[in-house]
Amino acid sequence: MNERNPAFVRGEMLPAREPPAGEMGLLKLLRKSLFNNWLSSILTVISLIVLVWIVRSTSPWLFDSVWNAHSLSECRQMLGVAEGACWAVIRDRWTQLLFGFYPPEQYWRPVLAFALMLLALSPVLFPPVPRRLLWFSAVFPGLAYWLIWGGTLWLPVTAYAGIAVGAVSLRLTARLGAGVGAGLAFIGALTWWFFASEPVTTMLGQLLPLSLAPVTSREVGGFLLSIVIGVTGISFSLPLGIVLALGRRSKMPLVKTLSVVFIEFIRGVPLITLLFTASLLLNYFLPPGTNFDLILRVIIMVTLFATAYMAEVIRGGLAALPRGQYEAAEALGLDYWKAQRLVIMPQALKISIPGIVNSFIGLFKDTTLVVFIGLLDPIALSNSIRATTNWQGIYWELFVFIGALFFIFCFGMSRYSMHLERRLRTDHR
Amino acid sequence: MANAITIDSRGLNRPFRLNMLLNDSRYRSCTIQIFVLMCLMLGIAWLVDNTVRNLALLGKDFSFSFLWSTAGYDINQRLIDYDTQMTHARAALVGLLNTVVLAVLSCVLATVIGVLAGVLRLSGNSIVARLMTVYVEVFRNIPLLLWILVFGAIMSEAVPAPNAFKGENATASMILGAAAITNRGVFIPEPLFALDLGTLNLGVFEPSLNAIAAIGVVIACLLVNRALVRHADRVQSKTGIRPVTWWKTIAVLLCPPLLLLWVLGFHLGYPELRGFNFQGGLQLRNALIAMWLGLGIYTGAFIAENVRAGILAISRGQTEAASALGLRPGKTMRLVILPQALRVIVPPLISQYLNITKNTSLGLAVGYMDLRSTLGGITINQTGRELEGMLLLMLIYLALSLIISGSMNAYNARVGLKER
Repeated sequence: MNERNPAFVRGEMLPAREPPAGEMGLLKLLRKSLFNNWLSSILTVISLIVLVWIVRSTSPWLFDSVWNAHSLSECRQMLGVAEGACWAVIRDRWTQLLFGFYPPEQYWRPVLAFALMLLALSPVLFPPVPRRLLWFSAVFPGLAYWLIWGGTLWLPVTAYAGIAVGAVSLRLTARLGAGVGAGLAFIGALTWWFFASEPVTTMLGQLLPLSLAPVTSREVGGFLLSIVIGVTGISFSLPLGIVLALGRRSKMPLVKTLSVVFIEFIRGVPLITLLFTASLLLNYFLPPGTNFDLILRVIIMVTLFATAYMAEVIRGGLAALPRGQYEAAEALGLDYWKAQRLVIMPQALKISIPGIVNSFIGLFKDTTLVVFIGLLDPIALSNSIRATTNWQGIYWELFVFIGALFFIFCFGMSRYSMHLERRLRTDHR
Repeated sequence: MANAITIDSRGLNRPFRLNMLLNDSRYRSCTIQIFVLMCLMLGIAWLVDNTVRNLALLGKDFSFSFLWSTAGYDINQRLIDYDTQMTHARAALVGLLNTVVLAVLSCVLATVIGVLAGVLRLSGNSIVARLMTVYVEVFRNIPLLLWILVFGAIMSEAVPAPNAFKGENATASMILGAAAITNRGVFIPEPLFALDLGTLNLGVFEPSLNAIAAIGVVIACLLVNRALVRHADRVQSKTGIRPVTWWKTIAVLLCPPLLLLWVLGFHLGYPELRGFNFQGGLQLRNALIAMWLGLGIYTGAFIAENVRAGILAISRGQTEAASALGLRPGKTMRLVILPQALRVIVPPLISQYLNITKNTSLGLAVGYMDLRSTLGGITINQTGRELEGMLLLMLIYLALSLIISGSMNAYNARVGLKER
């Protein structure tokens, strides 16, 4: 051995070693996100226990379920000792939960109206859809009314004709100035609705009878009712809320006071008292002998309620807008409405999207409160199903079904609002 | 007005013409307001006229005297003395107190759950964060009424009946031998005093002097403790050394109340199973429990989102700046993060309290006797005074809401950013 030679010198790099077992793969994930300190470890253990408990207590109920039975007692016989769900009640009564007591041979009408609603909503919600469809969106409310309540087609047509009358008179009187023209157009439309529309409807109905079997409001129920109230309330509360928010920020003291009083009053009382007002008190405030549809009254009250909340949300958006935007719009020489339409509102509404959608979701959930004034929403129907001899004492299956349907709609709305926020985001983050 | 600038000086000397009322911005707002005022007065006159005519047609008058007639119905949960011979006004007061109790209990529960869920949703622990996300989304997207009915059904269907606690082979047992959850309500121990100081007669209320003494002592202790802390603050700012106060605080906060309880002979009255139901103790009715859990857990999901947003709103730089100043994590949280996060969290939190207060009116669904069920329900049905009853009901709710939102405005004014 030659001791003078230097010790061994390595010619090439060593291959990298594996990291320690705790720093890789699943173990690292576990350590970092589940057991990184004692508090976190305790939380993890508790959540695992909760999860196991939830799964263990619901899985026999979910998996040993019965789908084919005609009554709860039959269900229990089939189940024996097993603790299964009795989904047969949904199978038996799902049409009732969706449509209330709507005549079964006419179910195609609300279904068609719902499909058309999706079509009418598409140009509003998604920009790639051709703009021309917006005309259909404008026509849809009348069409949906006709499909759901039936009667003659000429009723919604003449109602729309009133708007046309207004538009024509606006065109004709444009030379007199915007304010006078708008006033005359409004008077023209009112004249049409109050004096001309009824005879015209009767006349057209005799000439060309286009009508569907009429359905009374008492028969409209279930999710159909929730969607009718919710969608109408949503589509009216946004524009009215904008007007009210502008009123609250107005420099005219009277307009401002009125808006504040309205908003604070509506926000200060529970919706249920307003609904009772609609069902019990409205007869006091209207001329003796007038009586109009309970669903319409409820829609008006729900809309007013949602409008006050919407106004506050939009006011928040308006307040968040930098003052420079208002001043820039004035410097460009835009008048009040043009400044609002072109500069202020697009930005203020964008800021308040989350709040607006939250208040839509709140409105849709609040439609369940109509059960207290005797309308047949899904919860009222679940009570009436439970009251029948076949399904006496059934709770959870109905609750799960109703809850799931509401969840789908509300969760969908909140996801859409997130998508919209991302789409409209203009900052460079 | 935006186009005030466009008026040239020649316009100012022009003689007044009628169309200037609409086209001249100097007069326009006046014109609009007079128009609005006229519409408003016409509308009010129309409504009042209709109401008067309708009342005349029905042969009714407008008076609140029904409040002083005998109510004749029972209320199953009462915080003050009430029996069927008392007046409708008294019944309404019992209902109002039930509403307030439910609202306060639910606010506490919702805050606890909401803060916990909001903080946990931000924790690095992925399984806990996911679980909390599921909780928040499930509760936020399903109507409150459904949740109240679910909790009502749990309380009436899924818990044991009192006779399940009976006998040798009982299928249910009491929690720690002191509380029982049954389908007739939850029974918990009640505080009892051996020495009764009597009651204070205030006309409407007759609060027990024992309770007043207890509340008074607690408030006095808190005031003394605050003086103690202030003194410590002063000493610290003068000398730089903070005197040790923790044992003084504990002594001041604990000793006097314990002494009072000992003097009054405080003991607990436990519920016992006698016959078919539990006797003694405090019975919390199913309706109260269902409403409490429903409101608390549902609103907790909303509060969780507020808390999360509030914490996320504080930029990381604040934490880093605090630690650069040499503050410890606990002090960073207490002195830097919390005051700023609270400024974001508290206003929506209070508006959630407002929602809870208004949502107590859903008590009807499970038969909770709140203000709406007494004054706005049975009283209206018995006396046929819908107009007066609903008006009173709305005014009371409005007053409650205004009190809560007034406290919010006061808080905002105190902690709001002081800007130029």
